[in-house]
Amino acid sequence: MAKMNMLQAVNSALITAMTENEKVMVFGEDVGHFGGVFRATSNLQEKFGKARCFNTPLTEQGIIGFANGLAAQGSTPVAEIQFADYIFPAFDQIVNETAKWRYRSGGQFSCGSLTIRTPYGGGISGGLYHSQSPEAFFAHVPGLKIVVPRNPYQAKGLLLAAIRDDNPVLFMEPKRLYRASVGDVPEHDYTLALGKAEVVQAGSDITLLAWGAQMEVIEKAAAMASQDGISCEIIDLCSILPWDRDTVAASVKKTGRLLINHEAPRTAGFASEIAASIQEACFLHLESPITRVCGLDTPYPLAHEKEYMPDHLKTYEAIKRCVHF
Amino acid sequence: MKDRNHLSNVGLTNQVEVISNGLLDIPMVQLLQADGSLHGDATLPDMSEELAKKILHTMQYIRILDERMVAAQRQGRISFYLACTGEEASTIGSAAALEPQDMIMSQYREQGALAFRGFTTEQFMNQMFSNEKELNKGRQMPIHYGVKDLNFMTISSPLGTQIPQASGYAYGQKMAGVPAVTICYFGEGAASEGDFHAGMNMAAVLNCPVIFLCRNNGYAISTPSEEQFAGDGIASRGIGYGIKTIRVDGNDVMAVYAATAKARQIALTEHCPVLIEAMTYRLAAHSTSDDPTGYRSKDEEERWRAKDPVQRFAAWMQSKGWYNEEESKAHIEQTRQEVLSQLKQVEKVPVCHINEIINDVYDTPPWHLKEQLAELKAHIAKYPEAYPKTAGRL
Repeated sequence: MAKMNMLQAVNSALITAMTENEKVMVFGEDVGHFGGVFRATSNLQEKFGKARCFNTPLTEQGIIGFANGLAAQGSTPVAEIQFADYIFPAFDQIVNETAKWRYRSGGQFSCGSLTIRTPYGGGISGGLYHSQSPEAFFAHVPGLKIVVPRNPYQAKGLLLAAIRDDNPVLFMEPKRLYRASVGDVPEHDYTLALGKAEVVQAGSDITLLAWGAQMEVIEKAAAMASQDGISCEIIDLCSILPWDRDTVAASVKKTGRLLINHEAPRTAGFASEIAASIQEACFLHLESPITRVCGLDTPYPLAHEKEYMPDHLKTYEAIKRCVHF
Repeated sequence: MKDRNHLSNVGLTNQVEVISNGLLDIPMVQLLQADGSLHGDATLPDMSEELAKKILHTMQYIRILDERMVAAQRQGRISFYLACTGEEASTIGSAAALEPQDMIMSQYREQGALAFRGFTTEQFMNQMFSNEKELNKGRQMPIHYGVKDLNFMTISSPLGTQIPQASGYAYGQKMAGVPAVTICYFGEGAASEGDFHAGMNMAAVLNCPVIFLCRNNGYAISTPSEEQFAGDGIASRGIGYGIKTIRVDGNDVMAVYAATAKARQIALTEHCPVLIEAMTYRLAAHSTSDDPTGYRSKDEEERWRAKDPVQRFAAWMQSKGWYNEEESKAHIEQTRQEVLSQLKQVEKVPVCHINEIINDVYDTPPWHLKEQLAELKAHIAKYPEAYPKTAGRL
């Protein structure tokens, strides 16, 4: 075990993967000698050479197009999109190419070895274009997996699992935790299962569900609620696609209430899908409407960042509304 | 830290000079003239009689296949088709200069390259009828071929996406140390897509052994090339990216063959991309959904018909004594019969089992797809007459 922040855990996972498999290649804007704008790829070029860790020109559609071809050829690309806000030039390559490659070829070819890493989320004074949480756009795309870690331990285990998984994975790193989240991380190789949610805290009155950086928000709100005698069950969804409905449904059947928190705007956010599925699975167990605490349906504002965020106070108020419905 | 100077190659002048379009005068390589005779003192590439015959037969084969499948579409037997009439030399001549281990990433009008690789009439038909024998499981519209054994990547409809993909594929080949290149086909219209810029630039910067072959056929559906770009075609862009570039007469199979052979050698030995712009003409409609009389004249088409690549090559073969009129007619007739009989056979083959609807989305179907399949099958069982293709075997 070593104390690592999330960036060091990501770096450790990349070193582990590149050491174990010489087909793993890491590339993106500024990821080479410089080590990436957040330093997640520090020292990889020195360790593994310029052919396996390299800068690309400034072209997100090019990075993912290139990565798709490389994956189809049999290599294991780990492509970085510098900010999730800038993934949209690559939207066509991801949605129409990465995700459909195996299906359209009847399983003859695939991009299954591809992992796309991208920092997402707000709370870092990033304004409109360094703060977005675009997971719901991609959750609508059959063929992709979407994974979000909440701490350094998960970041390493889930990233290694994503790289080795035989499906393309969008690995979304909550950038406000990059240095803020520090924890024990095994130095050895380990993986965590994709598609599995984790019950972080057992409770009996309401289920709180989030992922990534919002986990600490719902944990804080749960602590406030417990002062009022409300017992919260806390779940980290971990994987957005495919998501672990059974774990969430089992919890909601027990607590009778569900609150979902995400940073992305409310309308058509992934909470909407969860709410729809859980009401189907748990209709007769529900004691109150399923509640969403989300970002506003606005672009991500710089000056009003605090007001925009679905913070612990908004979550705490929503918990009380649910419980006292 | 390395010391760099990005002005090191920049000359100085004290005059305000404006560089104009057309400064680069990129000529078009032609070895055979329209009548099949040698262009000047052109040196032809080494080509055996056997290879020349294979090229000619493939050109004739594709022309018949195109003709029959357009007819089949008109009869309502298939939903869609896309002929390559007029462009056979560009695709078949280039494919002939490759090795079987080279990956082909095509746009959609490269059935000639696929036929040259050995794709059979039955395989063509299976794809067009989306049946259960189709290698891609009948999931895409007709003409979206793909066959792993022949190193022919499954086609996708979005235009130009294959360009950066080919750069990546070629980079992987280089890293794996295999003596192979990737060829990437696209049209001059697709070259307006952002993926063209992305893919060309990445190939140049990352030294990818890829051959970009642009079929400049004058039209993107109805849009003529002068409404597509203002510069000197696609070739001039290659120079801008720092990519070695050849412009070639795309109706001259010898010139295309020679250019591709040279490009392959450069890509493989120098680890870099090469761009070929093949100047040709789409004598066919864009697809069976298109009617060219709405955007071009018969006279224009006739001028290009006179440059027909198949007749040109046949005329050259005749001058070599490699062409026999009787033999050629027999081959054409035999092909026509084969296409017709396969068409009849393949029409009877059913579509894939309904279970295939959820396979290959992921490596194994996750829970939500299994649930959806179970619901779907229960529904089909309830209304079998509404789903005749699959209700018979659930």
